[in-house]
Amino acid sequence: MSRDAASARATEPTAPAAAPPAPTLIAIQRLDAFFGAVHAVRGVSVDLTERTVTAVIGPSGCGKSTFLRCLNRMHETVPGARVTGRVILDGHDIYGGGISPVAVRRQVGMVFQRPTPFPTMSIRDNVAAGLAVDDRKPTRKQQEEIVERALRRAALWDEVRDRLKTSATGLSGGQQQRLCIARALATDPEVLLLDEPTASLDPISTQKVEELIYELRSEVTVIIVTHNMQQAARVSDQTAFFLGGELIEVAPTERMFTSPSDERTESYITGRFG
Amino acid sequence: MIGLMYAAAVLAILPLILIVIHLLRLGGSAVNWAFFTQMPRPPGEHGGGMANGIVGTLILLGISSAVGLPIGIGAGLYLAEKRATSLATTVRFLADVLNGLPSIVMGIFAWELLVKPVNHFSALAGGAALGAMMVPMVTRTTEEMVRLVPISLREAALALGYSRWRTSLSIVLRTALGGIVTGALVAMARIAGETAPLLFTALGNAFWSTSLKAPIAALPLQIFTYAITPYDDWVAQAWAGALVLVAIVFVISLAARIVTRRRFSAGD
Repeated sequence: MSRDAASARATEPTAPAAAPPAPTLIAIQRLDAFFGAVHAVRGVSVDLTERTVTAVIGPSGCGKSTFLRCLNRMHETVPGARVTGRVILDGHDIYGGGISPVAVRRQVGMVFQRPTPFPTMSIRDNVAAGLAVDDRKPTRKQQEEIVERALRRAALWDEVRDRLKTSATGLSGGQQQRLCIARALATDPEVLLLDEPTASLDPISTQKVEELIYELRSEVTVIIVTHNMQQAARVSDQTAFFLGGELIEVAPTERMFTSPSDERTESYITGRFG
Repeated sequence: MIGLMYAAAVLAILPLILIVIHLLRLGGSAVNWAFFTQMPRPPGEHGGGMANGIVGTLILLGISSAVGLPIGIGAGLYLAEKRATSLATTVRFLADVLNGLPSIVMGIFAWELLVKPVNHFSALAGGAALGAMMVPMVTRTTEEMVRLVPISLREAALALGYSRWRTSLSIVLRTALGGIVTGALVAMARIAGETAPLLFTALGNAFWSTSLKAPIAALPLQIFTYAITPYDDWVAQAWAGALVLVAIVFVISLAARIVTRRRFSAGD
């Protein structure tokens, strides 16, 4: 290495050499959500790290699903619903002026409690459904590749490769849910929101979906709402506990389930209420 | 008690059976190839057909569908999407009133609006009158069918980045399409035999005409005209016309059934 090159290198910032702090992808600041007069989410602030799985737990009606639906601006589709506060994704407030909810939802995918395949579409068309509304709609050939990749990522390709053109309603419940995950992944979102994705599935399908979530963390930031604490413990890096619309505690999952710092968290995870 | 209900069920379909038997007996012999392909002949001459009436009825059905389906489906979609607004409540109530309106009133109204100002009867006026009758039927079935589409599908589409109107058209409407087609076919079957709205609008025509601006023949009108004449040949033709009209309605209803069945078997 020549002297010039060495001196040039010396002037570069040295930060990358040290272990960099994991970058924050989503910064949520003082988020409040309402249904009419009901205050469902109360002043939640939390930073979420890129490429991690965050589990959101809490008793029924604690506002965890509403919190999730604020992150892709689905909450406001309900009549009478309202959101205040900031959700900064990649440096931009998704509730900022001039940002359309449609654009937000293309970056933040979502899978619901019950599988929602579009019944009039084939398996292939279901996966490609999000591509159809893309501003730069991919060509037919690109679409085939994207569909295959999304189905592989959702661990469904081998089961459906021979019947891509058949109706999606012919699949089992677990397959339909993985199809919905593939559909959400096809548009390459930065964040994937899962709202109790295994609530309607049998144990074997649940296990498949959990394995899938665990693998997805290398490519996408996942936030999963779940009623099942074993599930939270199995799939997530950090866990957030909600109670009465407030975020009580957020911590690395292992610590959360072994030594929570808040008494209410401990009561909930040891099963004293909820 | 069960026996009485059984009897009531049989009685309910008895009129249809009797009508079909009667029509076959009196009109069956006059239904032949010529009936579909030839024009009416003067009284006293054997043979001839109602080609003009059959084609006229099909044209009128086409015009009424072109008028009634877009308005009906659009209004139904609006009612389902904005179900609680005061406009929706009003439209829903008025559609039900319109559905119960005597068809002769619709005919007079169409005459006042579309015939009187231009001083001549026309196929267009007849089709518009029938189309106006279709609107409330199609509106209400469209609304019902769209409301059957689960909210979760709508949410799934929105969450994928579909805009509101795109969700309505390419997900909700497409999912409800089977039911809407069935509703449209049932409405067509209902108006295919309407006579009263055509009396002052399409008028009827003894000659071959496919012009939308001129009076046009229609099976129900032709049946009416022929049935009240003293000529045996024409009366037989009237029966044959009635039989063909019933057959057309039957075929449309059957198509509606097939669409419905396919819709339900396409599901799980």
